[in-house]
Amino acid sequence: MTDFPLIFERSVPGRRGHGLPEPDVPDRPLEELVPPQALRTRLPHLPEVSELDVVRHYTGLSHRNFSIDEGFYPLGSCTMKYNPKLHEEAARLPGFARLHPYTPEEWAQGALRLLWELGEELRELAGMDAVTFQPAAGAHGELVGLLMVRAYFASRGERRTRVIVPDSAHGTNPATAAMVGYEVVTVRSDPRGNLDLAALEAVLDERAAALMLTNPNTLGLFEEQVDRIAERVHAVGAQMYLDGANFNAMVGVTRPGDQGFDVMHMNLHKTFSTPHGGGGPGACAVAVKSHLEPFLPVPVVVREGERYRLDFDRPQSVGRVRAFYGNFANLVRAYAYVRSLGAEGLRAVAEHAVLHANYLRVRLAPYYEIPYDRICKHEFVASGIRQKRRDGVSTKDIAKRLLDYGFHAPTVYFPLIVEEAIMIEPTETESLQTLEAFVEAMVAIDRECREDPERVRTAPHTTPVGRLDEVRAARQPDLRWKPKG
Amino acid sequence: MYPEDYRYSTEHEWAKREDGRVRVGITRFAADRLTDVVYVELPAVGTQVQFMQPFGVVESVKAASDLYAPVSGRVVEVNERLREHPELVNEDPHGQGWMIVVEAEDPSELERLLDADAYRRHIGEA
Amino acid sequence: MRYVPTTPAEREAMLRAIGVRSVDDLFADVPERVRLRRPLRLRPALSDPELLRYLAELAERNGHADRLRCFVGAGAYDHFVPPAVWQLAGRGEFLTAYTPYQAELMQGELQAAYEYQTMVCELLGMEVANASMYDGASALGEAVVMARDLTRRDRVVVSQAVHPEYRQVLRTYTEPLGVRVAELRSEGGVTPPEAGAVDGRIAAVVVQHPNFFGCLEDLRGWAEIAHRAGALLVVACADPLAFGLLAPPGELGADIVAAEDQPLGNPLNFGGPFLGIIATREAFVRRMPGRLVGATVDSRGRRGFVLTLQTREQHIRREKATSNICTNEALNALAAAIYLSLLGPEGVRRVAELCVRKAAYLKSLLAALPGFELAFAAPTFHEFVVRTPRPASAVVRTMAREGFLAGLPLGRFYRGMRDGLLVCVTETRTREEMDEFVEVLGRVAAPRLRAVGGRTR
Ligand SMILES: Cc1ncc(COP(=O)(O)O)c(C=O)c1O
Repeated sequence: MTDFPLIFERSVPGRRGHGLPEPDVPDRPLEELVPPQALRTRLPHLPEVSELDVVRHYTGLSHRNFSIDEGFYPLGSCTMKYNPKLHEEAARLPGFARLHPYTPEEWAQGALRLLWELGEELRELAGMDAVTFQPAAGAHGELVGLLMVRAYFASRGERRTRVIVPDSAHGTNPATAAMVGYEVVTVRSDPRGNLDLAALEAVLDERAAALMLTNPNTLGLFEEQVDRIAERVHAVGAQMYLDGANFNAMVGVTRPGDQGFDVMHMNLHKTFSTPHGGGGPGACAVAVKSHLEPFLPVPVVVREGERYRLDFDRPQSVGRVRAFYGNFANLVRAYAYVRSLGAEGLRAVAEHAVLHANYLRVRLAPYYEIPYDRICKHEFVASGIRQKRRDGVSTKDIAKRLLDYGFHAPTVYFPLIVEEAIMIEPTETESLQTLEAFVEAMVAIDRECREDPERVRTAPHTTPVGRLDEVRAARQPDLRWKPKG
Repeated sequence: MYPEDYRYSTEHEWAKREDGRVRVGITRFAADRLTDVVYVELPAVGTQVQFMQPFGVVESVKAASDLYAPVSGRVVEVNERLREHPELVNEDPHGQGWMIVVEAEDPSELERLLDADAYRRHIGEA
Repeated sequence: MRYVPTTPAEREAMLRAIGVRSVDDLFADVPERVRLRRPLRLRPALSDPELLRYLAELAERNGHADRLRCFVGAGAYDHFVPPAVWQLAGRGEFLTAYTPYQAELMQGELQAAYEYQTMVCELLGMEVANASMYDGASALGEAVVMARDLTRRDRVVVSQAVHPEYRQVLRTYTEPLGVRVAELRSEGGVTPPEAGAVDGRIAAVVVQHPNFFGCLEDLRGWAEIAHRAGALLVVACADPLAFGLLAPPGELGADIVAAEDQPLGNPLNFGGPFLGIIATREAFVRRMPGRLVGATVDSRGRRGFVLTLQTREQHIRREKATSNICTNEALNALAAAIYLSLLGPEGVRRVAELCVRKAAYLKSLLAALPGFELAFAAPTFHEFVVRTPRPASAVVRTMAREGFLAGLPLGRFYRGMRDGLLVCVTETRTREEMDEFVEVLGRVAAPRLRAVGGRTR
C-alpha cells in the first residue's frame, strides 16, 4: 500500500532526460552577457530523471485517470462526446502547430482562411452576423460578450448597471457580470423549470444591460417562451445574451439568432467536440448580431477577394481579452468537426443527443426523482432526494458509487435550485448498449441504497484511492511538494 | 441548544451582551448546515462594522457565507484561534467558536433581533 | 451518421420507450415561431480522407517554423519540444478527461497538476502557483485585479516595456472595474525605477522581466519602491525558461507573477492554446483566481490530491468569486510538467544559457552589419531590438521570401519604432542559420550598401 510516487520522489542526482545540444557559438564568459547580480544562485528543485522514468511516470498517471476514451462520462452541462482522432492528426500538422502567431499575413493564409470558413459556418448555425474566436473558453466568451454589451451602451451614451441572471444559471454568469462591473439581479425559475416571466418583468427596466439566459437551460429544458422573453428584454432596450453551453441540443433545429438573442458564446469544447484535456484548453466563439459587430475584440479576420487579413483598425472594439487570436489548435479541431458532419450530420447530433437524454430519463424515472419530468433536451436533472430521505444516502455517495461501476459520475449539486441534483447528459455519441449498462448500474445502486447503504456511503471501493479528505486539504493547504531538509 | 440570553439574527448570527460589549458568532444551525468549517475570514481589530452588514466570511469546502454584524460598532477583539482551528465553529459554535467582540454604538439594535424562541421558530426547530 | 452510433431500429425502440412517435415530438417544446424551417446552409460534408487532404492543403499554405527559420518570439517561442512531451500528454486518458471533479478517478491529472504547481514555484521562486490561466496576457489582467482586491486601491502603473498585447488585455480587464492605468516610460529599452511614480494610491507596479524588448529590468529596485508605498510588484513574464539562468522574480521581491508557460513544451499553435500562470505569496492564496490542487489523504490514509480552496471560484462564490474562470489550460500544464521533468535543473539551465549565448552571437553580427544597429545597450536574454535601414515590416516581408521569419516589426506597437525589429534566438537556431540570416539580411535589406557584414568570423 505505498503511495504512487511523485516525480520528485523518483529523482536521482545527476540523472538526465534530455538530449539538448552543446553551444555552437564562440564561448564568451557569461558575465559579459548577463550582469552577475541578475543571475540565479541555485538551480530550481526540478526532478532529475531519465526519459524512461518520465515515460513510466506519466503513463502510470494516465492509468489513474478516467476519460471518454475509457468509458461513459455523463457529466451534465459538459457535453462529454467522443473526440475524433482525426482532429488530433489535423491539429498537429506542422503547418498549424508550428505556425508562429506573428507570421506575416501573406504567410498565414491557410490559417486565416480556416478561421474565416469556420466563422461562416458558425454564423449560419447561430443565425448571427459576426463572430470572434479570441476567447479561450466559455467563461472568457461571456466576458467578451458582456464587454461588448457595455461598449454598445456606452456608444449610445447610456450607462446601465445591472445584468439579470436566472437562479438556475451557471456560476460563470454572475461571476462574469461582476467582472464587468455589473450588479447581478437573480430571477427565479417557474414551477415548470423555465424562467419565471412575471419575476423577470418585475425586475426589468432601463437599468438592465442584459439578460443572460442559458437555452436549453441548466435543467435541460427548452425556454418555451424564449421569443417572448426577448421581446420584453428588448422593450426596455436591454440585450439578450445566450450562454451557449447547451448549444448541442439545438444545432440545425433552432437558431439563437432567430430566438431573439443579440450575442452568444459557443463552448467549442462542448458542442464542437474539441477535447477537454482534463480541464482545458477549451475554445470559444462569440457570435453577435450586426449592431454589436463594431465592438468585437481585435483583430477580426476579414476576406478581401481571395486574400484573408487581420483587421486591427476597429476604433469601437472592446480591445483584447488575451494575446493573439484564440485557441487556434482547437479551432482546427472544431472546423474538422463541422466539415465531417455538414448540415445533416449536425442536425442529427442534436436529435440524437435529445433522444438519448429522454431515453435515460424515462428509464431512470421509476428509481430516481425527476423534479421536472417532461420532455427534456440534451440532458435532464434527476435528484437523489428519495434515497437521501429513505436510506440516508446522499447524492455524493451515489456519485462515488458509480465510479465503482466503471462510469464517471453525472454532474451533482448543480443547478443549485434542485436539491441533491444529479444532472445527466449522455450525448449523441454513446450507444444504446452503453446507455443500458448505465441504467443497470443506477438501478443496482438504488437497490444498494436500500439493502446495503453503508456500501454506498463509503464508496468508492475500487478506485486508485478511496474517498479523499477535502476538509483537511482546505484547512491545511498543501499546494506544492517541498524538498526535505 | 440555543441559549436564552443570546439574541439571534435571521442570517444565523448570535449576539451575547457582555457589559457594553457584544460577542458575536454563528448559530449551531448555521454551523451544521455549512458542514466542516475550513476557514473564517475576520476583520482586523479596530474595524467599524455596521448593523446587518457583512463583516467577514465563513467557509466550508463547498460553501461560503457572509457574516453579518448583529450590532454596529468597533471590533475590539477577534478570535485568533479560529485561524488555526476553524473546527471550533462546528464543535462549540456558541462558545469557543465565537468570532468577534464589538464595542456597540447602540446596544438597542439588539432589540431588533430574535430571542431564542423566535429563532427556534425561524429555523423550524420550535 | 458520422459519430452517431444509433441505428434506425434502435432509434425506433428508444422513441417507443419514451412514448413519442417521432424525433420531432421531442422538440415539441421549441415554439414553431423560432424553428429553422430550412436546411442549414453549410459547406458540404467531407469524408475523412477528403477532410484530411483539405486541412493538409490549408496547413501547407502557412509559413510555419519548419519552413521559415524562426527568429521571432515576442510572446510565442520556438523552443525544442522533446517528442516524449506530446506522446505522453496526448494520451487519450489525459486528452479526453474533464476537470477532475471526481478526484478518486482523476488522480493522474490531479497529481500532475500538483507537480506542475511545484515546478512553477521552483522556477519562479514563488510560494504558490495555480493550475493554469488562459494565457500570459489574461493572467496579467487577472493578477492586476487581484492586486486591486488585496490592496483596496484602484490605480496601477504599467511599464511601456510590457508586451503591448498584454497591456491591452490589462486595460480590458481593469477598465470596467474603474481601475486607472498609467504607463511608465521606458528608456534605453528598460524601465528605470522611479520612486515618484508610486504613491499610496497605487495598487500595483507592473513590469515585464525580461521585458518585451528582451532587456532585463531592475526588479529589486521596483520592489523596494512599490513596497515602500504599500503597493504590490506584479511581474509579467513571457518566457519562464529565462529563470533557468536568471534570478527568479520571487527572489527579487515580486508579489505576483503572471507568466506565459507556452515556452515549456507547448507548440506555437498560431497563438493558442497557450498556458497562463499566476504565482504569488502564500498569504495571498485566497485572493487568487484559478484552480488549485492540494495534497490530502484518503479514507485509508493514502496520499491523494483534490481541487481545493474552491470557495474562491465561480461555481461556489458566483458574483463574489475571484474570477469567472472555469475551463483552464490543464493539458498544456501537463505538457509543461513533462517538459520540465525531462529537462531537470541542468536542462533548464542549459536551454537558458544556449538562448543567451546564441542571441549574443547574433546580436554581435547584427551590430557589425552596415545599416543595422542595436537599439538598446541594456543586457538582454534571448531577444533584442535592432534598427533596420528600411522599415522593419518591409524587411520582414522580404526575409520571408528568403525563408526566414526575421522578427517582429515594432512600428505597429510603438510610434517612432518603424525601423525597430524585435529578434529572438532560442536554442533551436544554429550558428549556421544565424550566419546565413545575417548574410541574407545584408544582401536584401540594405541593397544600396555593399554587403560586407555577412561572414564575420
Ligand atoms: C452552462 C454553462 N455555462 C458556462 C460554462 C463555462 O464554460 P467554460 O468552462 O468553457 O469556461 C459552463 C461550463 O462548465 C456551463 O456548463
